[in-house]
Amino acid sequence: MLVIRCPYCEAERPEVEFAYGGEAHIARPADPSTLTDEQWKDHLFIRTNARGTHFERWRHVHGCGRFFNAVRDTVSDKFVTTYKAGLPRPTEAELEGMRK
Amino acid sequence: MNAYRIKGKGRVDQRKPVRFSFNGTAYTGYEGDTLASALLANGVHLVGRSFKYHRPRGILSAGSEEPNALVGTDRGNGRFEPNTRATVLEVFEGLNTTSQNHWPSLKRDVGAINDALYMLFSAGFYYKTFMWPKSFWNKVYEPFIRGAAGLGKSPTVPDPDTYASRFAHCDVLVVGAGPAGLAAALEAGRSGAKVMLCDEQAELGGSLLSETNARIDGASGWDWLKAAAAELAALPNVTVLTRATAIGYYHQNLLGLCQRLTDHLASPPEGAPRERLWKVRAKQVVLAQGAIEKPLVFDGNDRPGVMLAGAARSYLNRYGVKVGNRPVVVTSHDSAWLAAYDLAEAGAKVAAIVDVRPEVAGHLKQRAAALGIEMLTGWTATGTSGRLRVASVRVNPISRNGVFGPARTIACDALLMSGGWTPSVHLFSHTKGKLDWNEEGQMFLPGERTEESRCAGAGNGSFGLAAALAEGAEAGADAAVDAGFKAKAATYKVDGEVPLMGVSSRELTTDRNASKAKAFVDFQNDVTAKDIRLAVREGFKSIEHIKRYTTNGMATDQGKTSNINGLVIASDAVRRPAPAVGLTTFRPPYTPTTFGAFAGYNRSELFEVTRKTPIDVWAEENGAVFEPVSLWRRAWYFPKPGEDMHAAVTRECKTVRETLGMFDASTLGKIEIVGPDAAEFLNRMYTNAWSKLGVGRCRYGVLLGEDGFIRDDGVIGRITSDRFHVTTTTGGAARVLAMMEDYLQTEWPDLKVWLTSITEQWAVIALQGPNARKLFEPLVEGIDLSEEGFPHMSVAEGRIYGVPTRLFRMSFTGERGYEINVPARYGRAVWEKLFEAGQQFGITPYGTETMHVLRAEKGYIIVGQDTDGTLTPEDAGLGWAIGKSKPDFVGKRSLSRPDMLKADRKQLVGLLTSDPNTVLEAGAQIVLDPNQTLPMKMVGHVTSSYWSGTLGRSIALAVVEGGRAREGATIHVPMPGRTHTARIVGTVFYDPENKRLSA
Ligand SMILES: [Zn+2]
Repeated sequence: MLVIRCPYCEAERPEVEFAYGGEAHIARPADPSTLTDEQWKDHLFIRTNARGTHFERWRHVHGCGRFFNAVRDTVSDKFVTTYKAGLPRPTEAELEGMRK
Repeated sequence: MNAYRIKGKGRVDQRKPVRFSFNGTAYTGYEGDTLASALLANGVHLVGRSFKYHRPRGILSAGSEEPNALVGTDRGNGRFEPNTRATVLEVFEGLNTTSQNHWPSLKRDVGAINDALYMLFSAGFYYKTFMWPKSFWNKVYEPFIRGAAGLGKSPTVPDPDTYASRFAHCDVLVVGAGPAGLAAALEAGRSGAKVMLCDEQAELGGSLLSETNARIDGASGWDWLKAAAAELAALPNVTVLTRATAIGYYHQNLLGLCQRLTDHLASPPEGAPRERLWKVRAKQVVLAQGAIEKPLVFDGNDRPGVMLAGAARSYLNRYGVKVGNRPVVVTSHDSAWLAAYDLAEAGAKVAAIVDVRPEVAGHLKQRAAALGIEMLTGWTATGTSGRLRVASVRVNPISRNGVFGPARTIACDALLMSGGWTPSVHLFSHTKGKLDWNEEGQMFLPGERTEESRCAGAGNGSFGLAAALAEGAEAGADAAVDAGFKAKAATYKVDGEVPLMGVSSRELTTDRNASKAKAFVDFQNDVTAKDIRLAVREGFKSIEHIKRYTTNGMATDQGKTSNINGLVIASDAVRRPAPAVGLTTFRPPYTPTTFGAFAGYNRSELFEVTRKTPIDVWAEENGAVFEPVSLWRRAWYFPKPGEDMHAAVTRECKTVRETLGMFDASTLGKIEIVGPDAAEFLNRMYTNAWSKLGVGRCRYGVLLGEDGFIRDDGVIGRITSDRFHVTTTTGGAARVLAMMEDYLQTEWPDLKVWLTSITEQWAVIALQGPNARKLFEPLVEGIDLSEEGFPHMSVAEGRIYGVPTRLFRMSFTGERGYEINVPARYGRAVWEKLFEAGQQFGITPYGTETMHVLRAEKGYIIVGQDTDGTLTPEDAGLGWAIGKSKPDFVGKRSLSRPDMLKADRKQLVGLLTSDPNTVLEAGAQIVLDPNQTLPMKMVGHVTSSYWSGTLGRSIALAVVEGGRAREGATIHVPMPGRTHTARIVGTVFYDPENKRLSA
């Protein structure tokens, strides 16, 4: 069971308090009707499926209830960082600093 | 009897005899004995038959790595457990045990014929033997496999024991309380860190318990141990858990410990849990798991009486038991010589020490010579004899260039072997920590770590008491420092320890035909060296494949004594170095663990929450039969005396349609959506348009996933301009709220909307039937209930019986209907009042079954029953609920994808069977042509099917490819026994003009 830091509660909590929310930084298109079928398919179904660094969403569902983003290594299962929803994705340089 | 017990020797309490039985024979042991030590004290070596060949087997080890000595234990009152290792099972007064894998008796076993049919059962026998001929499968192979499958007998009654579980947090967790672990715990404990120390055995000490020579800081090992245990017990920041096995090492230093609490007690305290599963989150972990001795691989190495030399030494020094009067030692490692010395000094006639190494250290020979033990260095073991116990060993000299000299046979009653030691890296391996191959020691050692952990002692390849103490102390101090405490490792002075060296041997060479040798590698799964070589010859090169093909290391012992032997034999056969062949992955649990420990408190009524409505108690008191609906239990129907389900449901339906029924709808999910942007939020979430919905009106809403498929539905009422009362399906409540929160928080955070679950705040009583209004019109205050003032699909706030209510006019039956929401705590009172008042109309309470029948008669769908996550609103006949002019809503874009527009999509239709008395089975498949060849083309399935008392016939809903265009067509439903025919019709079977809604 992982320990996850909620960036809103600013506290580490056990995984049972959280729900996984799939890949992060996939914004719903402002007007889906302008997308081709192919583009809409990609938006709906195509995901990075990263081996290694993965940007993903979690929800502190049994805590503050907020969605937030996390960077997790899918090989080691280690979290690099978590950050509030709406913030930009950390750069590779920033992540490298956090891994140390 | 205890003929093999040495008076006054060992740590068992020889003043406290304990009577127990094995296979119906009564024996005596002493407090502190394991079943294995007590049986050996009585001269019993034969304890079981092997799994595949039913070969007689004895006790191999003295610890949790035991592959052979598995027994069934019966502690009375249904407390039966198979496959308990005799080497860890503590005896107590009245313990009953039985051996396994034999019929009719341990000594005379019919299944031993398998041993003669060796060729049938070699590597891959599961895959090869049972392939052919096909007709043999049902009659011969399957019964044989089922008969042979599984070790031991399963318990036959539910486990009467209780199991506890507990979370714990600490600074330093030390696994293993041998010398390394004790030193680590002492250091961390002295630093003030919160320390937990666990050990699988009944007492602390590990290898110290079997060590009688060495002295630590001038004290005997046992005196040092006593002082260390006392110091730990006195430290308030240290928790010591014995009989607690660390079974798994998970992410971020979470370890599972299974602690055995009562299995060793003759009369456990009333209500005491049998085991406790600890989930420990530690800042730092020290793994001091020790090492496991390797068997030697040679023909006949599995006879009862053949055991690990270290185990024989444990039985002698710790339990005061000589494992034989005339033992022979065969070894490639110095440590076995110590067993020979100790046994000789205890009065056994050690017939010989056979060491495969041409040369051994002089001090070893001197001591053996002094004890009068014959030494055969540069000799090897090539066979054994003895049916139910080893009687002799065949040995040969090998010259330096590998030439075998003539064989000699040495009589013996025990054969003690040692092929060196394997560090226990299991828990380290659970963390995906890298293992490094040590060629010299022929072992894997912990390499780069992935967690905040350290390995110390023999488990880290640091063999010997002095090394273990030094490394343990250092690991404990470092762990404490990393956890934020000040510590410095103490040093220990160890005397009397001799350096122990050895070589790691492959399968011992032989002068005889190696392909006929029964040289066992995995004792529990009966895998021989020959099986492994055969697997390699047949093309398996990776250890993971060899393991699965031969089943080496796949038994309940996870290959603790067999993995490395299997690996080096495979590596020789593949002609690649061992690390290139690889070590199989260790997975939790380290030792077999009861289901009870994992389940803990989560069983019976605590297995899952049962949610109950405020009206549930009334339903129970009034004879309701219940059914589970998601986590809720709901009243299913209310039988009157003498009624079966069919009669009760038919009566309930009739009463609702003719006069009045009441239904507890409290389980429906309810979400209050509040805020200036509430209507806009609903516009974006639901298919329907909400902006123009007037205050006091409600509307049926459909919720899609972004993929365009129906996720949920429900009636939504506008209470005020900025406040909506949303209902969801019973099972979908939490899911829908989570989905709404997701969109609100992450896609449209600019919307001023707040979502609140109000499912449990409101009790909901549905009043349905032509007399509904008549019943409660006089009871309601503040709402104009007239047809004009409160038409169908209205909502208003007022009072009923003086209690605040949110009153909906809506119908899930097709009759005039109202849903009375009252604060949950008034639910039962209002229900009872309405029931009382309703007697004048012959009111009936009805359950979910009647609700289902009535809604099906009207063609109202149930999401999740009539839909399955692949139906669009159009497919389900709900196209009218789509706000066509809305620019966007969740799922809208998907509805115009080409696949969504195909004419042959499955569509919801009604079915009327040709025989009106036939009620189809929900889930039954539908075909167009019943005479086509198999496999038939299935075009859909029945989603709902009931007997309709109202219509006097059966009705069904179904999804059928292009179904609506097939209206009037006949379809076929093949069922066991016969194929039914039915006609496709519309989905509304009753009152299609909806006249009764206002009747
Ligand atoms: Zn939080």
